[in-house]
Amino acid sequence: MAEEMRVLLKYADHINPESAEDYIKVGGYEGLKKARSMERKDLINEVKRSGLRGRGGAGFNAGMKWSFVPPNAPVKYVVCNLDEGEPGTYKDRIICEKNAQALLEGMAICGHAIGSDQGYIYCRGEYPFVVELLKNAIASAKSSGVLEGFNIEVRMGAGAYVCGEETALIESIEGHRGEPRFKPPFPGVEGLWAAPTVVNNVETFACLPYILVNGAAWFAGIGAEKYPGTKVLTLTGDINNPTYFEVPTNYTLRDVIYKLGGGIKNGKKFKAVQVGGTSGAFIPEQNLDTPIDFDSMGAIGAALGSGAVLVLDETRDVVDVVTRISKFFEHESCGKCNPCREGTFRCREIMEKINSGRGSEKDMDNILLLAKVMQKAALCGLGQAAPIPIESTIKHFRHEYMRKVL
Amino acid sequence: MANYNDIIDNCKSTKGGIIEAFHALQEEFNYIPQEALTEAARAFGLSEAQAYGVATFYSYLSVEKRGKYIIRMCESAPCHVAGADAVIKAMEDYLGIKVGETTADGKFTLELCECIGQCQATPVISVNSKPIFNVTAQQIPEILGQYK
Repeated sequence: MAEEMRVLLKYADHINPESAEDYIKVGGYEGLKKARSMERKDLINEVKRSGLRGRGGAGFNAGMKWSFVPPNAPVKYVVCNLDEGEPGTYKDRIICEKNAQALLEGMAICGHAIGSDQGYIYCRGEYPFVVELLKNAIASAKSSGVLEGFNIEVRMGAGAYVCGEETALIESIEGHRGEPRFKPPFPGVEGLWAAPTVVNNVETFACLPYILVNGAAWFAGIGAEKYPGTKVLTLTGDINNPTYFEVPTNYTLRDVIYKLGGGIKNGKKFKAVQVGGTSGAFIPEQNLDTPIDFDSMGAIGAALGSGAVLVLDETRDVVDVVTRISKFFEHESCGKCNPCREGTFRCREIMEKINSGRGSEKDMDNILLLAKVMQKAALCGLGQAAPIPIESTIKHFRHEYMRKVL
Repeated sequence: MANYNDIIDNCKSTKGGIIEAFHALQEEFNYIPQEALTEAARAFGLSEAQAYGVATFYSYLSVEKRGKYIIRMCESAPCHVAGADAVIKAMEDYLGIKVGETTADGKFTLELCECIGQCQATPVISVNSKPIFNVTAQQIPEILGQYK
């Protein structure tokens, strides 16, 4: 198996992503029509049965998430997370640039399922051109009448990685500092302006039209059994084809790197791959035959996350790269909770000490202990995931650390 | 130059729109002037401290005066392994300033940033949010020379 499977990106570059008419010509908005002919409960069950799980990184069953919204609440919101701040990730930008109308349709389907007529797209501040594209796409969909009473507003973030966390994102839409909230209550019960809110990733929403048109069973039959469908991956680093691909979720890492990615650049050998963005684990050669789906990656102590794939060749200094990553988390920690604010600072401090040849094995023990504390005690995913690159490289590339410690 | 009262008024009807107002102010001034921040706080019913808290939380927003062209260098892992350090050094040399500073003629501000989502073409810099791809240290004089 070396072929892509394009569902979301099937008509990439063949249609104008802003044009609802173009999208309708290739079967667009049929899923929404079908959704609107269904009872809300049946629609949520259909999405549950498809097995669609969140494509932003947490992998939660989408239909299940929707089912938490109390049906009798007077106001509800549909929020799309387009904050993709995970370094190495640009798949949500690609989905918007190639098939923006599918995102709008998916949001409207969710709107019908939970009884909401207002959607928000929270787009990261780094993508002002995507904000423009989406505004034009919304205007096109509105004028063609397909969205009926469902409104979508685009809000632009301003450069804060933590706003990818759904409650921090909600705070940011409300015009506040993007600091995560304590949970519970979860957004499904009390989210944007205290109203029940579904927050899903761009890719999750964009899957919905295809699930509705082709049926839950069709989607559930693609790729891995427990994390079905396709996944858009973005390849970066020392790879011959640094681009995006859409593959079924049972595709293996080795095929991603060697078949689609064309292997390691400049004829060099493979050293490590970091999957899921900068908060992901580094994976050694012996685990490359693992399928990319959420649970298979979890079983090897890694995560699919956002689907970013950063490849490092044999010449790369793993300790140096991880030191750089530890600076990222120190910079992006919002400072609300102590384990993350102090933990990311100390991680960076210890990593710099080791990287500059002044560290000891005791420092490695300390950083592993700190990693445990952060994973257990940090308020949100940022602080919990921040030590994963450190832990995974001490586990798989200990010899590289040992070369640098006193 | 547009009046900041008009810019803020345009965003006032947007619920929670203070960040939108800050973006609009920066579009005009490249930073958020003190008087504009005070006015935005009043318009959105926040204390000045709260508005300042929002403005300083986000890396895209600045309460310090900046140059006409804001250069941002991505230093996240994919750009780091592709040679971001050499590009930063080349820009500091060319502009005669350090990261975080503005040139004396007020033309360029040099900032570091995290991933801007263009990792198919690393290393990446952006000038006033427009991404520039596959940048090498040698190309810096040519690239920055285009900004007058």
